[in-house]
Amino acid sequence: MSILTRPSGRSKRVLPGFGLSLGISVLYISLIVALPASSLALEFFQLSLDQLWFYLTDPRLLSSFRVTLITSSISAILNCIIGLLLAWILVRYEFPGRRLMDTLIDLPFALPTAVAGLTLSALFATNGWVGRWLAMFDIKVSYTLTGIVLAMVFTSLPFVVRTLQPVLEDISSDVEEAARTLGATDRQIFWRVILPQLRPALTIGTALSFVRSLGEFGAVIFISGNMPFETEVTSLMVFTYVGEYNYSVAAAVAMVILLSSLLLLLFIQFIQYRHLKPVRS
Amino acid sequence: MKYVPQPPSRSGKLLIGTGVAVVVLLLILPLIYILFAAFSKGWETFTSNLLDKDMLAAIKLTLVVVLFTIPVNLVFGVMIAWCVTRFNFWGRRILVAMIDAPYAISPVVAGLCYLLLYGSQGWLGSWLGQHGIQIVFAWPGIVLVTIFITSPYVARELIPLMESQGKEEEEAAVLLGANSWKLFWNITLPGIKWALLYGVVLTTARAVGEFGSVSVISGFIRGQTNTLPLQVQLLQQDYNTVGAFTASLLLASMALLTLILKIIFEGLQNFQRRQSQAQAEKRN
Repeated sequence: MSILTRPSGRSKRVLPGFGLSLGISVLYISLIVALPASSLALEFFQLSLDQLWFYLTDPRLLSSFRVTLITSSISAILNCIIGLLLAWILVRYEFPGRRLMDTLIDLPFALPTAVAGLTLSALFATNGWVGRWLAMFDIKVSYTLTGIVLAMVFTSLPFVVRTLQPVLEDISSDVEEAARTLGATDRQIFWRVILPQLRPALTIGTALSFVRSLGEFGAVIFISGNMPFETEVTSLMVFTYVGEYNYSVAAAVAMVILLSSLLLLLFIQFIQYRHLKPVRS
Repeated sequence: MKYVPQPPSRSGKLLIGTGVAVVVLLLILPLIYILFAAFSKGWETFTSNLLDKDMLAAIKLTLVVVLFTIPVNLVFGVMIAWCVTRFNFWGRRILVAMIDAPYAISPVVAGLCYLLLYGSQGWLGSWLGQHGIQIVFAWPGIVLVTIFITSPYVARELIPLMESQGKEEEEAAVLLGANSWKLFWNITLPGIKWALLYGVVLTTARAVGEFGSVSVISGFIRGQTNTLPLQVQLLQQDYNTVGAFTASLLLASMALLTLILKIIFEGLQNFQRRQSQAQAEKRN
């Protein structure tokens, strides 16, 4: 029996400040996260099932669910492809401007979403710098679903790149060289050797960008045109209900958004736990 | 072992070309356009937009919000990082997961939560209202949601760093008789200062640019509860596009400054780590 261990088997804490830092942290989180969230739950549970059903089956709301799901899914897939491409060239190749590109990838996190939405909608409007060229091919971006996808791709661009980069850097070239000496082509090496190792990180990055797109508000409302039944997203519906002082409907819809994003995050945690060292989002 | 970047092959050049095109189209062109649009009616329109009464009020309110947000989240971030990286206790993982909650919650939903709690129909809001304190549709509400939205940033910068540093040095200092304050000031802080500063930069950037949650709780009162991003939207709705891009230019400059500071602080943090590693090797 060692004298240094307590009977419970736990070692004595040497460092000071456990009580203080734990106390402040728990108090802070209770005040800033738990208390406001509980007020949402309080409002939500005052609704009867009939009311809830009535609110949530409103056709305008349902079409906003459809718009949000479609656009977030497409933008998550696009982000998966673009993110893979950008992470790949940043890690694998030496080229002029690589550092600059690496830095600029974080721009969507640093640039306020309202600014992003305003600027993209001006650029891609039919008389804008880019939209003018697209209009020649009859492609309209601003004030359509394509515009919403564009805004979502922009705001969640860094997720896939930043989750993939560390994983790509850690893949050693030995395995690749072994595959090559065994006669594999570049394409086979990518699909059979590299991609399987990237799959967990790619899934996590794509899921993160999907969650972000589901809740995106600032960038989207500038570019979508907000036509009821056509280009109205769910977070805007919540905003509209609040503006009409319809707090109980707003709470019902907010609860749906909150629960679905929490479920998705649980899914992400599960993949991380199974496959990866913790990744920083 | 890290993968060493290679000179590109022919197919590599094609990939780089595509990637550069995406970055130019999505990231660089918008920045150029903001600059162009803000000055499209000349220097004088730009300055008159900038010195507009409501614009100045929005800038001032945004700065006030930042001044309240930073100290609160700085103290909290250090406290929680110390708590979860230096001690092992029941519920530690739950606490770490709770820090990330604001990332997961849609800003509009966050705004609604605060509105329900502090609004005149909420239990806390009605009590505060009776004592003449207005939170919702006023600056305190904006400060509160901004604190919520930005609460993870400092903690998220510190936790991985402090975890990788370990606590041996700090334990040695305590055994040698350092008191808590000396321990933090002389041992912990020097090791984390650059990450801490970068956390503050991120907090600032996010606090300045927050839109969704603030727009729910602000009430859009001109000259009173408009932060800079809300001002962008109001000017746009007023068909003052040049004005909207003037406000955007201010916000975009802040974003670029954030990116520059990120490079600097990350570089300093890496430099410091290499130095302390070299010292440790020398001692061995």
